[in-house]
Amino acid sequence: MAASVETVEQVQSLGERYKYGWSTDLEMETAPKGLNEDIIRFISAKKDEPEWMLEWRLKAYAHWQTMPEPKWAKVEHPPIDYQDVYYYAAPKLAEKPKSLDEVDPKLLETYEKLGIPLKEQEMLAGVAVDAVFDSVSVATTFKKKLSEVGVIFCSISEAIQDHPELVRKYLGSVVPYADNKHACLNTAVFTDGSFVYIPPGVRCPMELSTYFRINAENTGQFERTLIIADKGSYVSYLEGCTAPQRDENQLHAAVVELIALDDAEIKYSTVQNWYPGDEDGKGGIYNFVTKRGLCKGTNSKISWTQVETGSAITWKYPSCVLQGDNSVGEFYSIAITNNLQQADTGTKMIHLGKNTSSRIISKGISAGRSAQTYRGLVRMGGKAEQARNYTQCDSLLIGETCAAHTVPYIESKNRSARIEHEATTSRISEDQLFYCRQRGIGQEEAVALVVNGFCREVLQQLPMEFAVEAQKLVGISLEGSVG
Amino acid sequence: MLEIKNLHATVDGAEILKGIDLTINAGEVHAIMGPNGSGKSTLSYLLSGREGYEMTEGSVLFKGKELLDLEPEERAGEGLFLAFQYPVEIPGVPNTTFLKEAVNAVRKYRGESELDAMEFVKQLRAKTKELGVNPDFLKRAVNAGFSGGEKKRNEMLQMAMLEPSLCLLDETDSGLDIDALKAVAEGVNAMRGPERAMLVITHYQRLLTYIVPDKVHVLSKGRIVRSGGPELAQELEEKGYTESVEAA
Repeated sequence: MAASVETVEQVQSLGERYKYGWSTDLEMETAPKGLNEDIIRFISAKKDEPEWMLEWRLKAYAHWQTMPEPKWAKVEHPPIDYQDVYYYAAPKLAEKPKSLDEVDPKLLETYEKLGIPLKEQEMLAGVAVDAVFDSVSVATTFKKKLSEVGVIFCSISEAIQDHPELVRKYLGSVVPYADNKHACLNTAVFTDGSFVYIPPGVRCPMELSTYFRINAENTGQFERTLIIADKGSYVSYLEGCTAPQRDENQLHAAVVELIALDDAEIKYSTVQNWYPGDEDGKGGIYNFVTKRGLCKGTNSKISWTQVETGSAITWKYPSCVLQGDNSVGEFYSIAITNNLQQADTGTKMIHLGKNTSSRIISKGISAGRSAQTYRGLVRMGGKAEQARNYTQCDSLLIGETCAAHTVPYIESKNRSARIEHEATTSRISEDQLFYCRQRGIGQEEAVALVVNGFCREVLQQLPMEFAVEAQKLVGISLEGSVG
Repeated sequence: MLEIKNLHATVDGAEILKGIDLTINAGEVHAIMGPNGSGKSTLSYLLSGREGYEMTEGSVLFKGKELLDLEPEERAGEGLFLAFQYPVEIPGVPNTTFLKEAVNAVRKYRGESELDAMEFVKQLRAKTKELGVNPDFLKRAVNAGFSGGEKKRNEMLQMAMLEPSLCLLDETDSGLDIDALKAVAEGVNAMRGPERAMLVITHYQRLLTYIVPDKVHVLSKGRIVRSGGPELAQELEEKGYTESVEAA
């Protein structure tokens, strides 16, 4: 059964404008505001990191100070005062919990409000959840079941302690510390994130899922995620985010690196629903994310699916470097902006190997006074014989005051490469809305229904449990956009 | 059921309906015939609540309520159904999903419990069979890539599922070959009953061969100029609108 039925039901059941607007009262242990070498040493010491990690952080910090802000995205915001941000905040816990029972009940309550009861998930859904609350992982479930097949799923801090050889080999190998200013900052100050290693030939027995949640005022979120799929392995990873309502802008600069070796496949899905700011554009998250996957081996595949509905500003280009021959990259995206949200998002498909192929399906929906840009690069290297790309970019406008831009960059250095690009821009049709309403479907439900139809191709790429949430978000994020 | 009194209406400031009086009782099937530009479609859009159509004078009572004060979805909830002349395509939304949304929205409006997936599918299958609709139809996106005949059958399926008390059929015969026309007419006739009223809007008499109305009205220049029994439709067909209207 198609999920847009659920969408409307869910939308009706929610009622409130922004469901996740509360904060949990937890004693925070924070480093002082601002950024300097001492803060970085503090973070590294808190995490009991080896010397090489601290050195890497400091190297990144030194370089970061020399880097200009990226200016090419079509987004506007006042200059970020990096000294006005807390770079470390952790829930106070005597020691790491060994099971959910040891976790602060308030934290669990928070997740329940978000609709992700860990215990239930553990029992029913078969999803292992590495829950990130502010900056420290507080619970990792299903570890045992995963370890039976040799899958490592833990926080990046633990991985640095327990699997330094893997971390040293791969961390920063796809997104170098000097890649861009936001990624560089992340390298210097990241506090936690997820680490996944799938051994050769293993099909990960469950979807791996991390829920991120920003919960402290002025706390920058600097997650670091590293996923390695060894030869012939498969993993599907889900990332979902919601944040409580805040007036001040919160900076988020995450880095995600994926590595797929020969014949391996990684499917990475995101539903992003951070606080977008209010109707006048006050507050909201600055979401500056660097996500990149390396198809290192032959016949490897990396697939990104994202549903971006939140954040005041989204700056995000999940990309694939198709290095192995016959490797495949995919990018499926839904971006919804309403009110004064800004999104500049897209992908990069870098074809290096022979016979590599990529597919880009982007659905952008703009409403209110929002502005949205699809920015995508397809590059065919000189050795990318017979490489091919198909790109489809559809924009849907709701109302008279929003904007949609499509900026495709296409570069080909190989004559045998094939590149196709299709793009459409349309307005949500009054005829469609009237047709729905004549059948008894209310205005907002009608918008949700039509938009879900518009996004269907992408929604279908999401794992089931995410598809439902995503469809519900489509409705919620467009509330008040028509009529 | 429906009581229209001295209805004047404008579209984009131009007066299209210039004083219509029409009463339709439960159990009756009325036909409104008229040449192009006489105001037939304006009437159906005004009654169903499309934006841009404005009543400037008169009143429309539906089951005793001021119909035009209601939002389009509320009118649907009250039991008004418009079979569109040009059914709209909604890409990516499967027919089943759309129907379930609609049926449950209307049930909710009426204070009835929503149908769960099982019960809904059961009813949908039954109606699909009754109407001789290909079940593949249900998986396809609403009207997307449908032929003219398929679109009209889809309207009939929606009508059957929503069980309205007043059906407006706007040029339902347009674009149909004779087989499709018969099939659609059968669907409509199957829904005739003492509790339900219908208003069939058409340019041509041929639909009325299959859906025999109780009363026929001739609309011309925004007014009903003649009313009669089914034989009036036949007369129009033979003599044409000009002569019939002048005879009035």
